[in-house]
Amino acid sequence: MSTDHIVPKRTYYIIFAVLLLCTYLTWQVAYFDLGALNTVAALTIAVFKATLVVLFFMHVKYSPRLTWIVVLGSVFWLGILLSLTLTDYVTRPWRTYG
Amino acid sequence: MEMVHPHPPALAHQFDDLDQQRDAATLGMWVFLVTEVLFFGGLFLTYSVYRSWYPQAFAASSHELVVWAGTLNTAVLITSSLTMALAVHAAQTGERRPMLMFLIITMLLGATFLGVKAFEYYTEYAEHHIPGLDFRFEPEYFRHAQIFFSLYFMMTGLHALHMVIGLGIMSVMLWWAWRGTITAEYYSPIEISGLYWHFVDIVWIFLFPLLYLIGRHVH
Repeated sequence: MSTDHIVPKRTYYIIFAVLLLCTYLTWQVAYFDLGALNTVAALTIAVFKATLVVLFFMHVKYSPRLTWIVVLGSVFWLGILLSLTLTDYVTRPWRTYG
Repeated sequence: MEMVHPHPPALAHQFDDLDQQRDAATLGMWVFLVTEVLFFGGLFLTYSVYRSWYPQAFAASSHELVVWAGTLNTAVLITSSLTMALAVHAAQTGERRPMLMFLIITMLLGATFLGVKAFEYYTEYAEHHIPGLDFRFEPEYFRHAQIFFSLYFMMTGLHALHMVIGLGIMSVMLWWAWRGTITAEYYSPIEISGLYWHFVDIVWIFLFPLLYLIGRHVH
Protein backbone atom coordinates (compact mmCIF):
# COMPACT_ATOMS: atom_id res chain seq x y z
CA MET A 1 0.00 0.00 0.00
CA SER A 2 1.44 3.31 -1.02
CA THR A 3 1.22 6.80 0.45
CA ASP A 4 0.25 8.07 -2.96
CA HIS A 5 -3.40 8.45 -2.05
CA ILE A 6 -5.09 11.76 -2.75
CA VAL A 7 -7.64 12.58 -0.07
CA PRO A 8 -10.69 14.43 -1.46
CA LYS A 9 -10.84 18.11 -0.42
CA ARG A 10 -14.33 17.50 0.98
CA THR A 11 -12.81 15.22 3.65
CA TYR A 12 -10.46 18.01 4.74
CA TYR A 13 -13.33 20.50 5.04
CA ILE A 14 -15.40 18.09 7.15
CA ILE A 15 -12.46 17.36 9.49
CA PHE A 16 -11.80 21.10 9.76
CA ALA A 17 -15.42 21.74 10.77
CA VAL A 18 -15.35 18.96 13.38
CA LEU A 19 -12.06 20.30 14.81
CA LEU A 20 -13.49 23.81 15.18
CA LEU A 21 -16.65 22.41 16.78
CA CYS A 22 -14.54 20.42 19.28
CA THR A 23 -12.51 23.55 20.09
CA TYR A 24 -15.72 25.41 20.90
CA LEU A 25 -16.92 22.43 22.96
CA THR A 26 -13.71 22.13 25.02
CA TRP A 27 -13.79 25.89 25.69
CA GLN A 28 -17.44 25.90 26.81
CA VAL A 29 -17.28 22.71 28.90
CA ALA A 30 -14.43 24.23 30.94
CA TYR A 31 -16.88 26.72 32.51
CA PHE A 32 -19.01 23.98 34.07
CA ASP A 33 -17.88 22.53 37.38
CA LEU A 34 -17.62 18.81 36.71
CA GLY A 35 -15.04 18.11 39.39
CA ALA A 36 -12.36 15.68 38.23
CA LEU A 37 -14.35 15.18 35.03
CA ASN A 38 -13.27 18.61 33.74
CA THR A 39 -9.79 17.27 33.06
CA VAL A 40 -11.16 14.00 31.68
CA ALA A 41 -13.45 15.90 29.29
CA ALA A 42 -10.65 18.26 28.18
CA LEU A 43 -8.22 15.40 27.50
CA THR A 44 -10.84 13.22 25.78
CA ILE A 45 -11.68 16.04 23.36
CA ALA A 46 -7.96 16.79 22.82
CA VAL A 47 -7.16 13.13 22.07
CA PHE A 48 -10.13 12.96 19.67
CA LYS A 49 -8.94 16.11 17.86
CA ALA A 50 -5.35 14.85 17.68
CA THR A 51 -6.55 11.51 16.28
CA LEU A 52 -8.49 13.27 13.51
CA VAL A 53 -5.44 15.37 12.59
CA VAL A 54 -3.18 12.28 12.54
CA LEU A 55 -5.56 10.09 10.53
CA PHE A 56 -6.72 12.60 7.92
CA PHE A 57 -4.50 15.71 7.74
CA MET A 58 -1.37 13.57 8.26
CA HIS A 59 -2.70 10.80 5.98
CA VAL A 60 -1.98 7.97 8.41
CA LYS A 61 -5.36 6.39 7.59
CA TYR A 62 -4.03 5.85 4.06
CA SER A 63 -0.44 4.98 5.05
CA PRO A 64 1.42 1.64 5.15
CA ARG A 65 1.34 -0.58 8.25
CA LEU A 66 4.89 0.44 9.10
CA THR A 67 3.76 4.06 9.57
CA TRP A 68 0.96 2.87 11.86
CA ILE A 69 3.47 0.97 13.98
CA VAL A 70 5.72 4.03 14.32
CA VAL A 71 2.78 6.30 15.22
CA LEU A 72 1.42 3.86 17.80
CA GLY A 73 4.99 3.42 19.07
CA SER A 74 5.17 7.14 19.93
CA VAL A 75 1.93 6.85 21.92
CA PHE A 76 3.18 3.69 23.64
CA TRP A 77 6.50 5.23 24.72
CA LEU A 78 4.80 8.43 25.83
CA GLY A 79 2.52 6.20 27.90
CA ILE A 80 5.53 4.54 29.53
CA LEU A 81 7.09 7.93 30.27
CA LEU A 82 3.93 9.30 31.88
CA SER A 83 2.52 6.24 33.64
CA LEU A 84 5.68 4.76 35.14
CA THR A 85 6.94 8.14 36.37
CA LEU A 86 3.57 9.07 37.84
CA THR A 87 3.25 5.74 39.68
CA ASP A 88 6.33 6.87 41.57
CA TYR A 89 5.39 10.52 42.19
CA VAL A 90 1.78 9.99 43.25
CA THR A 91 2.60 7.19 45.73
CA ARG A 92 5.37 8.85 47.77
CA PRO A 93 4.67 10.61 51.07
CA TRP A 94 7.33 13.30 50.46
CA ARG A 95 5.09 14.94 47.90
CA THR A 96 3.28 16.58 50.82
CA TYR A 97 6.44 18.46 51.84
CA GLY A 98 6.90 20.13 48.43
CA MET B 1 26.28 0.82 -23.87
CA GLU B 2 22.86 2.01 -22.74
CA MET B 3 23.26 5.53 -21.33
CA VAL B 4 19.67 6.69 -20.84
CA HIS B 5 18.15 6.87 -17.38
CA PRO B 6 15.62 4.06 -17.06
CA HIS B 7 13.82 5.86 -14.21
CA PRO B 8 12.06 9.21 -13.63
CA PRO B 9 14.41 12.16 -12.93
CA ALA B 10 12.93 12.68 -9.43
CA LEU B 11 13.80 9.10 -8.40
CA ALA B 12 17.03 8.66 -6.43
CA HIS B 13 18.85 5.55 -7.64
CA GLN B 14 18.80 3.70 -4.28
CA PHE B 15 15.01 3.31 -4.53
CA ASP B 16 13.09 0.83 -6.67
CA ASP B 17 10.34 3.27 -7.59
CA LEU B 18 8.71 6.57 -6.61
CA ASP B 19 6.27 4.87 -4.21
CA GLN B 20 9.12 3.32 -2.22
CA GLN B 21 11.00 6.63 -2.20
CA ARG B 22 7.94 8.46 -0.93
CA ASP B 23 7.21 5.85 1.76
CA ALA B 24 10.83 6.06 2.96
CA ALA B 25 10.65 9.86 3.26
CA THR B 26 7.36 9.71 5.15
CA LEU B 27 8.60 6.99 7.49
CA GLY B 28 11.77 8.97 8.25
CA MET B 29 9.71 12.03 9.14
CA TRP B 30 7.46 9.98 11.42
CA VAL B 31 10.46 8.55 13.27
CA PHE B 32 11.64 12.12 13.86
CA LEU B 33 8.16 13.07 15.09
CA VAL B 34 8.30 10.21 17.62
CA THR B 35 11.37 11.87 19.15
CA GLU B 36 9.45 15.15 19.16
CA VAL B 37 6.52 13.52 21.00
CA LEU B 38 8.91 12.39 23.74
CA PHE B 39 10.71 15.77 23.72
CA PHE B 40 7.44 17.58 24.53
CA GLY B 41 6.40 14.58 26.64
CA GLY B 42 8.98 15.49 29.29
CA LEU B 43 7.35 18.88 29.74
CA PHE B 44 3.85 17.40 29.85
CA LEU B 45 5.10 14.96 32.49
CA THR B 46 6.56 17.76 34.61
CA TYR B 47 3.30 19.65 34.25
CA SER B 48 1.32 16.59 35.40
CA VAL B 49 3.46 16.06 38.50
CA TYR B 50 3.32 19.69 39.66
CA ARG B 51 -0.34 20.06 38.84
CA SER B 52 -1.13 16.96 40.92
CA TRP B 53 0.80 18.56 43.81
CA TYR B 54 -0.59 22.11 43.57
CA PRO B 55 -4.01 21.93 41.87
CA GLN B 56 -5.38 25.14 43.44
CA ALA B 57 -2.31 27.22 42.57
CA PHE B 58 -2.44 25.88 39.00
CA ALA B 59 -6.14 26.67 38.66
CA ALA B 60 -5.66 30.20 40.03
CA SER B 61 -2.68 30.80 37.70
CA SER B 62 -4.46 29.37 34.66
CA HIS B 63 -7.31 31.79 35.33
CA GLU B 64 -4.90 34.71 34.75
CA LEU B 65 -4.12 33.73 31.15
CA VAL B 66 -5.85 35.53 28.25
CA VAL B 67 -8.36 32.81 27.42
CA TRP B 68 -9.84 34.48 24.32
CA ALA B 69 -6.35 34.74 22.83
CA GLY B 70 -5.66 31.05 23.47
CA THR B 71 -9.00 30.07 21.93
CA LEU B 72 -8.45 32.33 18.94
CA ASN B 73 -4.98 30.87 18.42
CA THR B 74 -6.38 27.33 18.53
CA ALA B 75 -8.77 28.25 15.71
CA VAL B 76 -5.94 29.97 13.79
CA LEU B 77 -3.71 26.87 14.01
CA ILE B 78 -6.50 24.48 13.01
CA THR B 79 -7.27 26.69 10.01
CA SER B 80 -3.55 26.69 9.11
CA SER B 81 -3.61 22.88 9.26
CA LEU B 82 -6.50 22.90 6.78
CA THR B 83 -4.66 25.21 4.37
CA MET B 84 -1.50 23.10 4.81
CA ALA B 85 -3.44 19.97 3.87
CA LEU B 86 -4.87 21.82 0.86
CA ALA B 87 -1.35 22.91 -0.17
CA VAL B 88 -0.23 19.25 -0.10
CA HIS B 89 -3.36 18.32 -2.05
CA ALA B 90 -2.52 20.93 -4.70
CA ALA B 91 1.06 19.58 -4.87
CA GLN B 92 -0.25 16.03 -5.37
CA THR B 93 -2.50 17.13 -8.21
CA GLY B 94 0.18 19.34 -9.74
CA GLU B 95 -1.73 22.61 -9.34
CA ARG B 96 1.05 25.17 -8.95
CA ARG B 97 -0.93 28.35 -8.24
CA PRO B 98 -3.23 26.90 -5.53
CA MET B 99 -0.16 25.28 -3.96
CA LEU B 100 1.66 28.64 -3.76
CA MET B 101 -1.50 30.37 -2.50
CA PHE B 102 -2.20 27.82 0.25
CA LEU B 103 1.44 27.85 1.37
CA ILE B 104 1.32 31.63 1.71
CA ILE B 105 -1.98 31.52 3.63
CA THR B 106 -0.53 28.84 5.94
CA MET B 107 2.48 31.04 6.64
CA LEU B 108 0.31 34.10 7.26
CA LEU B 109 -1.78 32.11 9.76
CA GLY B 110 1.41 30.88 11.45
CA ALA B 111 2.62 34.48 11.72
CA THR B 112 -0.78 35.51 13.11
CA PHE B 113 -0.44 32.85 15.80
CA LEU B 114 2.98 34.21 16.80
CA GLY B 115 1.62 37.77 16.83
CA VAL B 116 -1.20 36.83 19.20
CA LYS B 117 1.31 34.91 21.35
CA ALA B 118 3.57 37.98 21.51
CA PHE B 119 0.58 40.06 22.63
CA GLU B 120 -0.09 37.51 25.39
CA TYR B 121 3.53 37.49 26.52
CA TYR B 122 3.45 41.28 26.69
CA THR B 123 0.23 41.16 28.75
CA GLU B 124 1.85 38.69 31.16
CA TYR B 125 4.93 40.90 31.40
CA ALA B 126 2.77 43.94 32.17
CA GLU B 127 0.86 42.00 34.84
CA HIS B 128 4.10 40.81 36.51
CA HIS B 129 3.42 37.16 35.74
CA ILE B 130 6.90 36.32 34.45
CA PRO B 131 8.86 34.45 37.16
CA GLY B 132 12.09 36.30 37.95
CA LEU B 133 10.88 39.67 36.61
CA ASP B 134 9.29 41.18 39.71
CA PHE B 135 6.72 38.38 39.88
CA ARG B 136 3.50 39.29 41.70
CA PHE B 137 0.61 37.05 42.70
CA GLU B 138 -1.84 36.56 45.55
CA PRO B 139 0.29 35.60 48.60
CA GLU B 140 -1.36 32.20 49.13
CA TYR B 141 -0.15 30.91 45.75
CA PHE B 142 2.90 33.13 45.25
CA ARG B 143 5.47 30.30 45.18
CA HIS B 144 3.53 27.65 43.31
CA ALA B 145 2.06 30.06 40.76
CA GLN B 146 5.66 30.64 39.63
CA ILE B 147 5.95 26.92 38.86
CA PHE B 148 2.84 27.16 36.68
CA PHE B 149 4.08 30.26 34.87
CA SER B 150 7.57 28.76 34.39
CA LEU B 151 5.97 25.72 32.77
CA TYR B 152 3.63 27.95 30.76
CA PHE B 153 6.52 29.93 29.31
CA MET B 154 8.66 26.85 28.66
CA MET B 155 5.89 24.87 26.98
CA THR B 156 4.44 27.71 24.89
CA GLY B 157 7.97 29.00 24.22
CA LEU B 158 9.18 25.65 22.90
CA HIS B 159 5.98 25.41 20.86
CA ALA B 160 6.50 28.94 19.48
CA LEU B 161 10.08 28.00 18.56
CA HIS B 162 8.65 25.10 16.56
CA MET B 163 6.29 27.53 14.83
CA VAL B 164 9.24 29.76 13.88
CA ILE B 165 11.13 26.72 12.50
CA GLY B 166 7.93 25.69 10.69
CA LEU B 167 7.75 29.12 9.04
CA GLY B 168 11.39 28.70 7.96
CA ILE B 169 10.60 25.28 6.44
CA MET B 170 7.54 26.69 4.68
CA SER B 171 9.65 29.53 3.24
CA VAL B 172 11.90 26.91 1.64
CA MET B 173 8.83 24.98 0.39
CA LEU B 174 7.43 28.18 -1.11
CA TRP B 175 10.73 28.74 -2.92
CA TRP B 176 10.84 25.13 -4.18
CA ALA B 177 7.20 25.27 -5.26
CA TRP B 178 7.85 28.57 -7.03
CA ARG B 179 10.89 27.35 -9.00
CA GLY B 180 9.18 24.07 -9.97
CA THR B 181 11.05 21.54 -7.81
CA ILE B 182 7.74 20.32 -6.35
CA THR B 183 5.71 18.36 -8.88
CA ALA B 184 2.86 15.87 -8.85
CA GLU B 185 5.57 13.21 -9.18
CA TYR B 186 7.85 14.59 -6.46
CA TYR B 187 5.92 16.18 -3.61
CA SER B 188 7.54 14.43 -0.62
CA PRO B 189 9.24 17.61 0.66
CA ILE B 190 5.92 19.43 1.02
CA GLU B 191 4.16 16.32 2.35
CA ILE B 192 6.66 15.77 5.18
CA SER B 193 6.89 19.51 5.93
CA GLY B 194 3.13 19.30 6.31
CA LEU B 195 3.53 16.43 8.79
CA TYR B 196 5.76 18.70 10.90
CA TRP B 197 3.23 21.55 10.69
CA HIS B 198 0.34 19.30 11.77
CA PHE B 199 2.43 17.90 14.62
CA VAL B 200 2.98 21.42 15.98
CA ASP B 201 -0.79 21.93 15.71
CA ILE B 202 -1.40 18.76 17.76
CA VAL B 203 0.95 19.97 20.53
CA TRP B 204 -1.16 23.12 20.78
CA ILE B 205 -4.39 21.07 20.85
CA PHE B 206 -3.12 19.67 24.18
CA LEU B 207 -1.49 22.86 25.50
CA PHE B 208 -4.67 24.90 25.08
CA PRO B 209 -6.97 23.06 27.55
CA LEU B 210 -4.15 22.13 29.96
CA LEU B 211 -2.82 25.69 30.30
CA TYR B 212 -5.78 28.00 29.64
CA LEU B 213 -8.88 26.15 30.76
CA ILE B 214 -8.14 24.36 34.04
CA GLY B 215 -9.30 27.18 36.32
CA ARG B 216 -12.34 28.44 34.47
CA HIS B 217 -15.06 26.81 36.57
CA VAL B 218 -13.65 27.61 40.04
CA HIS B 219 -13.45 31.41 39.91
